[in-house]
Amino acid sequence: MSKYHVEQDISLCIGCLACEAACKDKNCVPEGAFYCKMIQVGPRMVRNIPVIDHVYMACFHCEKPWCVDACPTGAMQKRSKDGIVFVDDDLCVGCKACMKACPWGVPQWNSATGKVGKCDLCMDRIDQGLQPACVTKCTTGSIKFMTPQAASEKRRRDFAEEMLKRG
Amino acid sequence: MANSVYSICGMCAVRCPIRVEVEDGKVVWIEGNPNDPGMGTSLCAKGIAGRALLYDNERLQHPMIRDGERGSGKWRKVSWDEAYDYITSKLQEIMKEHGGKAIMLSDRGGPFADIRKAFMKALGSPNYTNHDCTCGRNTHHASKSIYGLGRTGLAYDFKNAKHIVLFGRNMVESFKVKEVKAFMQGVKNGAKVTYIDPRAALTASKATRYWQIRPGTDYALLLAIVNVTLKEGLYDKDFVNKYVSGLSELSSFVKEYTPEWAEKETGIPAEEIVAFCREVSSDKPSVIFHPGWHLSRYNDSFYASRMIHIMNVLMGNIEVPGGQFLPKTPKDAGKKGLKSLGAEIPKVEDKRADGCGWKYKRFDGGPGLLQLQYQAIDTGEPYPIKAYFVVRHDPLLAMPDPEEQKRILNKLDLIVVVDVNYSETFGFADVVLPESTYLERDTMIRTDKGLKPGFSVRRKAIEPIYDTKAGWEIWTDLANRLGKGEYFPYKSIEDIWNYQLQDSGIKIEDFDEKGFVQLTTKPIWKDRDKLEFPTPSGKIEFVSKKLEEEDIPSFMPYTSPKKPEKGEFRLLFGRKGYQTHGQTTNNPIISELMGTNCLWINTKAAEELGIKDGQMVEISSNGTTGKIKAKLTDFIHPEAAFMLHGYGRSIPFQTRAYKKGLADQAFMKGLLKVWDKAGGSISLCESFIKVTPA
Repeated sequence: MSKYHVEQDISLCIGCLACEAACKDKNCVPEGAFYCKMIQVGPRMVRNIPVIDHVYMACFHCEKPWCVDACPTGAMQKRSKDGIVFVDDDLCVGCKACMKACPWGVPQWNSATGKVGKCDLCMDRIDQGLQPACVTKCTTGSIKFMTPQAASEKRRRDFAEEMLKRG
Repeated sequence: MANSVYSICGMCAVRCPIRVEVEDGKVVWIEGNPNDPGMGTSLCAKGIAGRALLYDNERLQHPMIRDGERGSGKWRKVSWDEAYDYITSKLQEIMKEHGGKAIMLSDRGGPFADIRKAFMKALGSPNYTNHDCTCGRNTHHASKSIYGLGRTGLAYDFKNAKHIVLFGRNMVESFKVKEVKAFMQGVKNGAKVTYIDPRAALTASKATRYWQIRPGTDYALLLAIVNVTLKEGLYDKDFVNKYVSGLSELSSFVKEYTPEWAEKETGIPAEEIVAFCREVSSDKPSVIFHPGWHLSRYNDSFYASRMIHIMNVLMGNIEVPGGQFLPKTPKDAGKKGLKSLGAEIPKVEDKRADGCGWKYKRFDGGPGLLQLQYQAIDTGEPYPIKAYFVVRHDPLLAMPDPEEQKRILNKLDLIVVVDVNYSETFGFADVVLPESTYLERDTMIRTDKGLKPGFSVRRKAIEPIYDTKAGWEIWTDLANRLGKGEYFPYKSIEDIWNYQLQDSGIKIEDFDEKGFVQLTTKPIWKDRDKLEFPTPSGKIEFVSKKLEEEDIPSFMPYTSPKKPEKGEFRLLFGRKGYQTHGQTTNNPIISELMGTNCLWINTKAAEELGIKDGQMVEISSNGTTGKIKAKLTDFIHPEAAFMLHGYGRSIPFQTRAYKKGLADQAFMKGLLKVWDKAGGSISLCESFIKVTPA
């Protein structure tokens, strides 16, 4: 697990795809590839409301990334200082082993270069003290950039507040 | 090192505040302007796709004159001089024979229209028009008839609302960034949301109550809501007694429209309507009934909107947190406003060709009604219209029935399209003047009304990439060539800014720090006990004498909408949060998010016709046919079919959008003549399509 975490408050998400657009724009993501993706689930009827959820799916930046283990050239790497999993474009030979290894379909195919690309949490921005493009531009503040500890703290707090609201 | 430019987005008509980063002459980053706390760095997908527009070569790059029949798709690249010469010689002929009034212009309104209005005034034409007959005119005129204030004369405090009621106002998919942020904060804070729509748009998912209403019966539901509210005394009596005239007339009018009656019309159970009325009343005055944004839908939308406005008044929600508030102007902050560019130009004495403001006193003469301008082009009455400037407006996309429109437009001697994109109307132009994108052009200063009024400005981030010009340059150049240079003495945008600011006490440098200037630090609220309304009586008028003088009743008895035959559906249309009315359909990023459209049909209704999910179907309307993929869903009413607007494009230069999906407006046959006689808007949901398996 990297030092960082993108936390989503699904109730605030309006499915506007600003995150996908921001990622495409910032990372010059090739046609057909999405480094982050909003997965629409629903509609399903819940207490007479047609509920449609949007679930943010990017990369989990695993502690033991199977994509890194699968990569034969060392292109897929884990950054030692903060655990961000990224691809070194120069070393990628386009074998797609990482695509097969990742259980969540995170590595994306670039048909123009014949190589793989993926979410690196906009690490160039992180190195400047900024946040990933998707989080920075999120229309409603549904996705937030934080540490995993802060994320669990937030979840506990939100749950407690919700319980109190219900009385 | 990147340089920051504070500016105003131009990807849709909302025009959000943005911060643009420029490095080595390239735009490298766009985000919301963080100096505006309501905005932060948020930006929607359309705004984010601004860079993709800027660096796309599938946009207008140089002036063109057509090199074949109108609509032939044959073009000649020309210089600006040649394009201007062509336009001015045509216009001079027209003006000599018919006068300046034979020239019309349409745009999409907004805070920057002042210079185009001034241009038309300088030519001596009263025929400035905007897009609003396919947008907010019904709501606007409904608002005027009740408060004397236009559609933007009241704003909404969603963040602090306790109950928000939306009649098809698809808040989270047809959104303004600041507004949707406030709305979602309201929802997060526990606001109830009632969403009413024949189709469960995404907003339904954020609601606490969703009613899948029978299409075209909003007015019936509203009549029953007003009925219960009055009968049970659920309204704010103090507020109504103080400010309202016409309550007893309203009361006797709605008497027959009971919830039981409305149930038969709308399909919504009577007891749910009653429960809703009691619930919403218990939250007053922090209740918002949204009066509609794009309410150009049905023949009774004006009256539906009037009833929505009336419900707001009955809830006493005016000038209170969590309700409606009066957006304040520079004057309210004790300051002088911007000087209009047309202030020194002599008034035009000719009357509007569309009859607005004189033949139809109930319709605002300002922007008029485009469908009635078309009628003037077609008939030559009350006088001939011979030239048409179409400015970043796309009637062949936005207005119904493009074939009928082309028949009418062909009577013109000159059609000039000024745009950034290849619009559908571009394909029918004689001359095309390419405007620079909003990232490459300065624009005049705008007034921002609100609780904290102020001004903001769009500044170009980089020089134009192609042979394009800013709007202010185009209008100034043309005015000079037509001998009206005395009214357009501007050599630079600074000249315009200084002219606008001359009485305000503000300097253009004051915009450098944040991109905008606020004229007060504290929100301005008016004394709720001393409100004044610009109606003839000074009160909020449920009965409008102004309407009745033109034989338009204040209260219109309900007429049940037509039910479609078997195999037939009422055609509804709408948008997603990541596309703009069709301007962005060909954008490299947006086209990837939504490359085509499909047809929503109710699962059961479709299965009865032998249609399966994902199958191609043929749709037809009065001889126009097309094939589209069917999406079967329970989340649309069986009488309705729905498609996203903006697809089925006809300009081959737009390779990503060309012939993708179908154009809803092509199936709105005959609707150019179907409009709300009381409110003025075109009734875009009054057409039916036949659907069969393809």
